[in-house]
Amino acid sequence: MEDDAPVIYGLEFQARALTAQTAETDAIRFLVGTQSLKFDNQIHIIDFDDENNVINKNVLLHQAGEIWHIAASPADKAVLSTCYNKTSDSRVVSCAAVWRMPSDWESGSHESPDDSAHNPQTLELLCRLDDSSHGNAAWSCGSLQVSSAATLEGKGQLKFTSGKWSPHHNCSQLATANDTAIRGWDLRTMSQIYCIENAHGQLVRDLDFNPNRQYYLASCGDDCKVKFWDVRNVQEPVKTLEEHSHWVWSVCYNHSHDQLVLTASSDSRLILSNMVSISSEPFGHLVDDEELSEGEDNHQEDKTKEPLKDSVVSTYEEHEDSVYAAEWSSADPWLFASLSYDGRLVINRVPRALKYRILL
Amino acid sequence: MDVDADGSVAMSEESGRRRKVHGMLKLYYGLNEEGKAPEQPESLNPCDINGPHFDPELYLNKLRKECSLAELMDQETCMVKQIRSLDSDMQTLVYENYNKFISATDTIRKMKNDFKKMEDEMDCLSTNMAAITDFSARISGTLQDQHAQITKLSGVHMLLRKLQFLFELPARLNKCLELQAYAQAVSFHRRARCVLQQYSHLPSFKGIQDDCHAIMEKLAQELRQKFRDGGTSAKDLSECVELLLQLDEPAEELCDKFLSHARSRLELDLQSLEAEIKPYPASKKEASTRRSSGNMSSGSPTDNSPKMSSLSSPTLNTDILEFIDRGCNEFVSSLCLVITSYQELFINHAQTGELASKNILQMANGKLHTFVDDLTTRYFSLVERRIQEEKGVSDNSLLVRALDRFHRRLQAVSKLLPGSAVPNRGTEIVIRAATERVKQYLCALQNFYMDSLTDVRQALATPRLSVAGGAAHLGGPVTGRDAPASLPELLSSLSASILNQIKSVLASVHLFTAKDITFSNKPYFKGEFCSQGVRESLVVSFIKFVCQSSRNFCESAGDKGGSTPPALLLLLSRLCLDFETSTISYILTLTDEQFLVQHHSPITPVTALCAEAREAAQKLLNHYVKVQGLIISQMLRKSVETRDWVNTIEPRNVRAVMKRVVEDTTSIDVQVGLLYEEGVRKAHSSDSSKRTFSVYSSSRQQARYAASYTPSAPMDTNLLSNIHKLFSERIDIFSSVEFNKVSVMTGIIKISLKTFLECVRLRTFGRYGLQQIQVDCHYLQMYLWRFVSDENLVHFLLDEIVGSSAHRCLDPSPMEQSVIEVICERGFNNMRWSLKLGGSQGFLSICYHLTSASNWLGPVCPTLF
Repeated sequence: MEDDAPVIYGLEFQARALTAQTAETDAIRFLVGTQSLKFDNQIHIIDFDDENNVINKNVLLHQAGEIWHIAASPADKAVLSTCYNKTSDSRVVSCAAVWRMPSDWESGSHESPDDSAHNPQTLELLCRLDDSSHGNAAWSCGSLQVSSAATLEGKGQLKFTSGKWSPHHNCSQLATANDTAIRGWDLRTMSQIYCIENAHGQLVRDLDFNPNRQYYLASCGDDCKVKFWDVRNVQEPVKTLEEHSHWVWSVCYNHSHDQLVLTASSDSRLILSNMVSISSEPFGHLVDDEELSEGEDNHQEDKTKEPLKDSVVSTYEEHEDSVYAAEWSSADPWLFASLSYDGRLVINRVPRALKYRILL
Repeated sequence: MDVDADGSVAMSEESGRRRKVHGMLKLYYGLNEEGKAPEQPESLNPCDINGPHFDPELYLNKLRKECSLAELMDQETCMVKQIRSLDSDMQTLVYENYNKFISATDTIRKMKNDFKKMEDEMDCLSTNMAAITDFSARISGTLQDQHAQITKLSGVHMLLRKLQFLFELPARLNKCLELQAYAQAVSFHRRARCVLQQYSHLPSFKGIQDDCHAIMEKLAQELRQKFRDGGTSAKDLSECVELLLQLDEPAEELCDKFLSHARSRLELDLQSLEAEIKPYPASKKEASTRRSSGNMSSGSPTDNSPKMSSLSSPTLNTDILEFIDRGCNEFVSSLCLVITSYQELFINHAQTGELASKNILQMANGKLHTFVDDLTTRYFSLVERRIQEEKGVSDNSLLVRALDRFHRRLQAVSKLLPGSAVPNRGTEIVIRAATERVKQYLCALQNFYMDSLTDVRQALATPRLSVAGGAAHLGGPVTGRDAPASLPELLSSLSASILNQIKSVLASVHLFTAKDITFSNKPYFKGEFCSQGVRESLVVSFIKFVCQSSRNFCESAGDKGGSTPPALLLLLSRLCLDFETSTISYILTLTDEQFLVQHHSPITPVTALCAEAREAAQKLLNHYVKVQGLIISQMLRKSVETRDWVNTIEPRNVRAVMKRVVEDTTSIDVQVGLLYEEGVRKAHSSDSSKRTFSVYSSSRQQARYAASYTPSAPMDTNLLSNIHKLFSERIDIFSSVEFNKVSVMTGIIKISLKTFLECVRLRTFGRYGLQQIQVDCHYLQMYLWRFVSDENLVHFLLDEIVGSSAHRCLDPSPMEQSVIEVICERGFNNMRWSLKLGGSQGFLSICYHLTSASNWLGPVCPTLF
């Protein structure tokens, strides 16, 4: 049951922005945006061939500026949005835009991968978002960019570090992190629906919604902690993890198995935790009644298997610099990528032993 | 002298020869001592001249064969000599014997004469004796008649006297009744009773008997009346009962009456006791609140009894000893009296006297037991209530003495009533009181600890005005500005006061097991009280409480890190560490020694407690590092985030915030240094502060910028940078620190610089922004290396910062190293200068501006300052 070694890919620029291509469910594909003040920034499209453990990459030019955040459209493979800084006249301006990838990048890369690196295609600009007043607020904009502008106006004077759409409630809610507080907003009434004051001792860096339990969300911040909240009770976190030894920059639920939580920290570590007790499957995989009647053996096996405890599954130390982003693959739920500031992208898998315990 | 010696020698020779001769003669005559002869080895040699088997023929032949003539001659003369001497010896002996024989014959003859005379005298004596016997027989024969008559007369006299007594009895009894001499009356009656009973068929006796009965009836009535009145003393009462018993009153009824009477009196005692407690419940609340708020640590005598209740009754001020004393003297002693008299009356009498049926004995015993149990239960409940009132922990000896007296007095009861459960229950009360006391002490200790912490907090909060003595030499104005009252003093006073408090509590508790206390030799007080009570629930619990409360400081302080002053964290951490290294084992050894704890029951081992203390110390220190680190990193973060780094001006001096950082770090260093040892640091080069930065000089950064658009295959970008990092160890930022100054400082500086780095990475810099960072980093470099264990760590982090800012720079043109050095030198000297002057922050900055203005354009000469 030896686990496959992690696959490492290096970029030549510093990078903070990483996302899975959400609309793509067949291929394992990640998008990475670079940060460079002096050269044209790029978006690397990284395909991972699971069978052969090989990485294929394509490069698109992002000439507008250095990319602070990137998000892929959940509906259209070719659409993505970026938050970027533009420097003009010794002034730094923050912008955001939605882009469409050129349609032929895929075929081109297959023919001559070297070629594409030398002549990177440029992104086609779809629309600009008037987001300049909000610094590096990172928006996980999907197909709902239209309403986002409106909500932002409502809370102009606050300083945001992060925001996420809730996948529940018909996508009418979102949560933002402001300094040490987490606020939830409802788009239909355009008002605040909950507020977790002092969620973290210091800045809240990131948050993520549990994809299967609508009131649960995870947050992380500069106090080295990862906290899990039930938004119906904002006084106390449901659970707190204190595994990192520096600021935690990113927290990410697995889309299919929400007990798996990925956290990235500037202590150069990536930690995969198994939070069984607060997941949607607290007693492990639920066996259907039909399956039960089919085989008694299965049932007995289940009984002997003790339930998994909340634990750190493993700590990944392949990075040498601060890890600012980590993301699950949208195609393979057992695969994830992490990106450190020095441009190193590492693709890892959930340990097989755990995978089988969750599945069986 | 010589003659003497010779004489003695001759004498001994002589006697030796004699003996030999005797032996030979004996042998000759066969006079051997019996038993000895056969054991002697008989010489069978026929040539042995002294042997019994001597054969002269053989001997002669042998001599003739073996010896020469001369020898034979010698032999012959020798032989002749011997024969001669033997002959003379024989003659002497015969003569001696003859003499003895003659004297013996004389003596026998003399004896014969004497016996003859004696025989005559004896004959005379026997005839005289016979005459005397004859006379005496004659006399007694004549006197016999008169003697019989006299005997008869005296018998009649006796009978008459008895009869007279009987006839006079009613009158006597009446008189006794009048005189209230009941005892005499009863004894008279008793004497007459059986006679009257026997002769009751005679009318005259019958009359007497009836009279007597009537009188005795009256008497009994009177006695019962007296008994019922109850005003009499216990002694009178018992007398009464005794008489009644003798009058064949039913014992059971008497028992009941006796007991009920005794009960009424004992209950009076109990009521008077209760009266002393009763007012308490009313004022209990106030009293208890008063007590709990009363500060026991101050050593002022806590009021055992509340003053407001003293207004209602003057007796309320009795302390527990007085109370118990009263209980003992009044209740217990009269109870004992009752028991003794009861036993005397009913049980002992029953055993000896006519009541000797078992039923009555058992009945009497049973009644007594229920009676005693009933009353003592009430008494115990009173005592317990009183003991519960005893909340102040100031004077334990009083309580112990009271309990001792209580327990001791109960021993008397147990002696009187061997089967009673009373002493056991008494012991239980004592045990409960003791455990309760231990709990109160624990509570008091905890309160004391919290109070001392509050005191320490206050002492830390109010900075000492005079920086006298101890603090002055440690580092000038930095110490003076914000170092609070000297930490070691606070620590030592805190730990000393805790230790003293524990000791005094132990001493107080130790009273429970003192030798002269009766209950101290109960198994509970020997075993469980020492191990479970004192050791576990007092000492161990307190230590655990200290650790727990210390840990709470780490958590309750919250994520904001605000409420607890960092100095307190540091102090507590040191305290816990001291606990771990010495105090705990000291306290426990002390306890074990004082209480001779026998380790029957499972007890918490010292090591577990030490581990707990160490864990607490570690946690506190980590928290301290975190809090201090956050304070500094907050400054750095603000300074980075609030500035427009793109459009900043050319750096002319080190930013004030960096000086503040260095100052704070120095003061933290001083603070930590007061409590923790220096610790080991890696050897550093002598010119650490002069080290140049590798912004552009090192190949690493150049490699990073040079490699621009080379096709990036996996695993080969930033190779140099990665290799560089491979050789430097991974840095854990918020990691555990060791218990020494260097490690603590390293932790704080790590946190601060890492924050600086992360903040820098989020910003974009202009040309001068980068240069400002360079200057700042160099400045930090100059100061911070001395605080950390491994200066490479600081170098590495500062390199990272400058490197990152260079990378985030729009126009990366770094400042000349020499210029940086000049700027920083000036800051350095300013710092030194202002340290000397002891100036405040404002003064420092003024000085700084003055010097920077005058020196900026002129030839730079660092040595001037």
